[in-house]
Amino acid sequence: MEWEVVIGLEIHAQLATQSKIFSGASTAYGADANTQACAVDLGLPGVLPVFNEEALRMAVKFGLAIDAEIGKKSVFDRKNYFYPDLPKGYQTTQLHHPIVGIGHIDIELDDGTTKRINVTRAHLEEDAGKSVHEGFDGMSGIDLNRAGTPLIEIVSEPEMRSAKEAAAYFRKMHSIVTYLGICDGDLSQGSMRCDCNVSLRPKGQEEFGTRTEIKNVNSFRNVERAIEAEIARQMDILEDGGSIVQETRLYDADKNETRAMRSKEVANDYRYFPCPDLLPVIIDDNYIEAVRSTLPELPDAKRARFVKDHGLSTVDAAVLASDRSLADYFETVAHAANDYKLAANWVQGDVSAALNRLEIGIAQLPVSAEQLGRILQLIKDNTLNNGGAKEVFNALLEGKGDDTAASVDALVDSLGLKQVSDTGAIEAIVAQVLADNPKLVEGYLNTPEDKRAKAIGPFIGLTRKAAKGVNPQVVMDVLKKKLSELG
Amino acid sequence: MALDQNQVRDIAELARLQIDETQLDDYQKNLSNILDLVDQLAAADTANVEPLAHPLDAVQRLRADQVSESNQREHFQQIAPATSEGYYLVPRVVE
Repeated sequence: MEWEVVIGLEIHAQLATQSKIFSGASTAYGADANTQACAVDLGLPGVLPVFNEEALRMAVKFGLAIDAEIGKKSVFDRKNYFYPDLPKGYQTTQLHHPIVGIGHIDIELDDGTTKRINVTRAHLEEDAGKSVHEGFDGMSGIDLNRAGTPLIEIVSEPEMRSAKEAAAYFRKMHSIVTYLGICDGDLSQGSMRCDCNVSLRPKGQEEFGTRTEIKNVNSFRNVERAIEAEIARQMDILEDGGSIVQETRLYDADKNETRAMRSKEVANDYRYFPCPDLLPVIIDDNYIEAVRSTLPELPDAKRARFVKDHGLSTVDAAVLASDRSLADYFETVAHAANDYKLAANWVQGDVSAALNRLEIGIAQLPVSAEQLGRILQLIKDNTLNNGGAKEVFNALLEGKGDDTAASVDALVDSLGLKQVSDTGAIEAIVAQVLADNPKLVEGYLNTPEDKRAKAIGPFIGLTRKAAKGVNPQVVMDVLKKKLSELG
Repeated sequence: MALDQNQVRDIAELARLQIDETQLDDYQKNLSNILDLVDQLAAADTANVEPLAHPLDAVQRLRADQVSESNQREHFQQIAPATSEGYYLVPRVVE
């Protein structure tokens, strides 16, 4: 039978606030256990949560970025369950009146087309703490530093039809929240996590099949692999005439398989009710418009502009626009050089290679955008040739020079890379090279006319060796002229 | 609305309350009575009434996003039954 895959994602993104959603404790990552868990986070009696205005602003910003309805009146609810990393016995979340209503984003498919994926809703909630099961002599250790960290949970419609589409959606959301600056997007620290709802149905059938939910997948690659593995598992069962059990599963990346989480004997009943400690959150059009005015250019718009206004290929534009800090770096370089294509080549070539080799992000690159911009300026005015430009770039990578654009000029001088374009000077160098290598000259003169273009290579090498920074085009012209004079 | 005894057991389980089997009858009766009382609310005409999220006619106030709490771990952990290396210890839980 032919099956259709149905996927919906729930993405949790940690909002990049300084303090927690309902308390003044720090949200900084990596602190000693429980040093950032205050009385509110611990759920001690008598405390009162107070909502963080920045968490609200960030959630609204997100809603506007995905063209969603903004909840002018949103309400916090209590979701009740018992688990040691949730000391209050309930999670404060939003059930019926979320801050963000129906919206949408577009994802790019492999064939170059785009597909619209609708977002059902996005709501604010608090994160729970962390349990550590090893190293406590049969006990579990609880660290509540993360408890109360603001999250936005983004729920998609079940509109994705392949693992690839799901991964593209997750990537796009990552790109959007990092562009907005509302989430640091650091997947390794759990700043974004994803629950994947997967089901199959016979192609053509309208009714959804029974779904399973894969919890807490935390990388782009694992979203794709986990869903692929789950699709294969479900298909095996269905093809054998079995049926799918609705359950929560975990993805084991080492074994590349999903497995059922131990199911609770009693079905959870979260007994939601409006939180009496928090009043309804009311915002008006003025507030919404003020937030809208702070929206940056978003990845889709930036990509389109790179193509339309600056003639980049759609592939180059997509890569450069996907990450905001990369895009900002690229545009600073392109502005300084006044050449988007040259900047695109460098950022995707030498810069990307350096980032991969050094395993760093663009923010840690020792070569600033201003410096690379200056290098490209010097290429464009013929002060540097391509080889010289790479040499300066590598010197900066190794930490030579300071971090100013002026140090590029200083390095060009100290490394003797300034390109010699003066024909008179180059003629003298070429004459010397020819005089020093009579055998090579003889060989060249014996080369048939149609093969001489290739035979000129060694002379170019020798000339450039004799005088670093000679303009290769001028060298070529002078060599051709001098050699033709010889016969 | 009448609860049966299994529902009473489920509610106790969800609330992590231990109840004595001999008291099941009482709980069943009392809880059902409370629900009957609540059911009277259903008789009210609420066609033109907006759902109320909070009994106070007030709006949530917001706080500035500033870290105002310092580390008081030692103080808080004095009342914890068991701690180690800064962690609160609980009976082992593994999903």
